Amino acid sequence: MPKRKPKSEGEMTWRDLEIGAIVTEPGNASRYKTGDWRSQRPTYDFKKCIKCALCQIFCPEGCIFQNDDGNFEADMYYCKGCGICSRECPTGVITMVEEEE
Amino acid sequence: MADRVGMEVSVAIGEAARQANVDVVAAYPITPQTHIVEHLAELVANGELDAAYIPVESEHSAMSACLGSAAAGARTFTATAGQGLELMHEVLYVASSMRLPVVMAVANRALSSPLSVWGDHSDVMAVRDTGWIQIFTENGQEVVDQVFCAFRIAEDNKVLLPVMIHLDGFHLSHVIEPISFPEQSKVDKFLPPNKYPFPLHPDKPVTMGDFAPPIIYPEAKWAQEVNLRASKETILRCWQEFADIFGHQYSPVEHYHSEKAKTLLLTMGSFSETAMTAIDKMRGEGRDIGLVRLRLWRPFPFDELRQAVRDAETLIVVDRALSFGGPGGPVCSEVRSALYGEAKKPRVVSFVSGIGGRDISLDDFEAIVNKGITISEKGSPNEFEIFGVRE
Repeated sequence: MPKRKPKSEGEMTWRDLEIGAIVTEPGNASRYKTGDWRSQRPTYDFKKCIKCALCQIFCPEGCIFQNDDGNFEADMYYCKGCGICSRECPTGVITMVEEEE
Repeated sequence: MADRVGMEVSVAIGEAARQANVDVVAAYPITPQTHIVEHLAELVANGELDAAYIPVESEHSAMSACLGSAAAGARTFTATAGQGLELMHEVLYVASSMRLPVVMAVANRALSSPLSVWGDHSDVMAVRDTGWIQIFTENGQEVVDQVFCAFRIAEDNKVLLPVMIHLDGFHLSHVIEPISFPEQSKVDKFLPPNKYPFPLHPDKPVTMGDFAPPIIYPEAKWAQEVNLRASKETILRCWQEFADIFGHQYSPVEHYHSEKAKTLLLTMGSFSETAMTAIDKMRGEGRDIGLVRLRLWRPFPFDELRQAVRDAETLIVVDRALSFGGPGGPVCSEVRSALYGEAKKPRVVSFVSGIGGRDISLDDFEAIVNKGITISEKGSPNEFEIFGVRE
C-alpha cells in the first residue's frame, strides 16, 4: 500500500486498510483519544500537594505528568476520569467533578 | 507425472506436504485424520522433512500455533476432523481475518452425539462461514494435487487466505489408492518459496488482530469478503497452470454428462465417484441424466453453478449433513439460493443421505434419482427428504 497521509478511522474506506487490518505503524495507539470516555474530570487544589507522586503511580492510563510547577496533573487527551488518583491522594488535592458538555 | 504407487491416502497427504516443503506442522491427532499427522511426525523425526513438528494439547492450540507460524512467514500445514475442527472454530476466523495462509486437510467426520468417527459433512457445514477457501476432493490423487494447489493459492500475495482441503473420512482418508507424485523439481517450480509480506520481525513491528471499534470493523470485514470472492480468479489461474504442468484439470464445478441432460444429480466429495458409476449405469439404460459435482465450496462458484444447471428440468442435490430445523441440506439451500433469481432454472429437490458414514450405494443413487424425479413432477410438502433412514 502506498504511503499516504494517515486518515482517521472515520475517514478510512475498506480499501485503505492493510491486509488483515494489520497495523504497520508501531505505537500509533497514542493517537487514540481515550479522554472521550470521561464523564468526570479531576480538579486540583495544588496548595495541598506534597509531590508524593502516588497519583502518577496509581493512574491506570499512565497519563499523569509533573508540570513545570512541579505539581502532578492528568493529560486530558487521555484521562478517562476514573477517579483513582482522587481516591489515592493522601492529602486530598484532587476532587472529581461532573464533566459538562 | 511419475509412476503410480499404491498408498493410503492419509499417508499420501503427508508425502505431498513433504514435497511442498512445509516449514511447520502443528497438529493434534483425531480419527480419521490421525494417519496424516502421524506420517508427518514420522517424516520429521526421521529427518526426511526439515520442519518443526509442534505436538500441541488440543486442536484449539494447533490452529493457534499455526497462526503464529504463518505470521512468522513459515509454510504451515495442519490437519483435523470432526470434533477437532469444531474445537478450532474461533481460531479459524482469526486465521482468515488476519489473512494467514495456513493449509489444512480436513478428513470430514460426523459430529457427536451419538459419537461417530465416520464420515459426513456436518463438521464442514459448521465452519462454512469462517472465511477459509474450501476445496472438496473425490479421490487420493485429487487430495495430493490440491495440497500443492492449496499452498500456491493461499500464499499468493493477491489472496493470502487459509485453505481447507476436504476429504471424506474413511471413505477417502483410509483407502489405499494408486497415486502418482510429481517430480520434485516440478513441484519446486510450481510452488515458489512463501513470501508472506508482513513476517513478524523485531526490526519491523506490526500489530495483528488489533482492536476495531464500530467505526472501522465493518470496513475490515468487507475488505475480507471482497478478497475471498476475488480469490476465485487466482484459484482458476492456479488450477489451469497445474493442468498445464501436471496434466490434471480441476474446475469449481465439475461436469459428468451434464450438458443437455434433463435430470441432473449434484454431489460433493468422494460419493461423487459412486454417483458417476450410477450415472453410467442409468445412461446405459437410456436415461437422460447427468451429474455436476461441487469442488469449490468457498468462495461459492455462483456463475459456474448457474451455467452448469440452467438447462436441466430437475436438479437433485444430495447432502451429507443435516441443518437441524433448517431449509434442507446445506449444499442444497445454497444451490436454491443461487438459482432463486434466475429466469431459467431447474426444479430443485433436496435429499440428505449418507450421514455418520453410512454408504450411499449405486442402487441408493438410482432410488434417489427416481424419487427425486417424482417429487420434481408432483411436488412434496417437505423442504427436504431424508434417504436411507429406517421408518
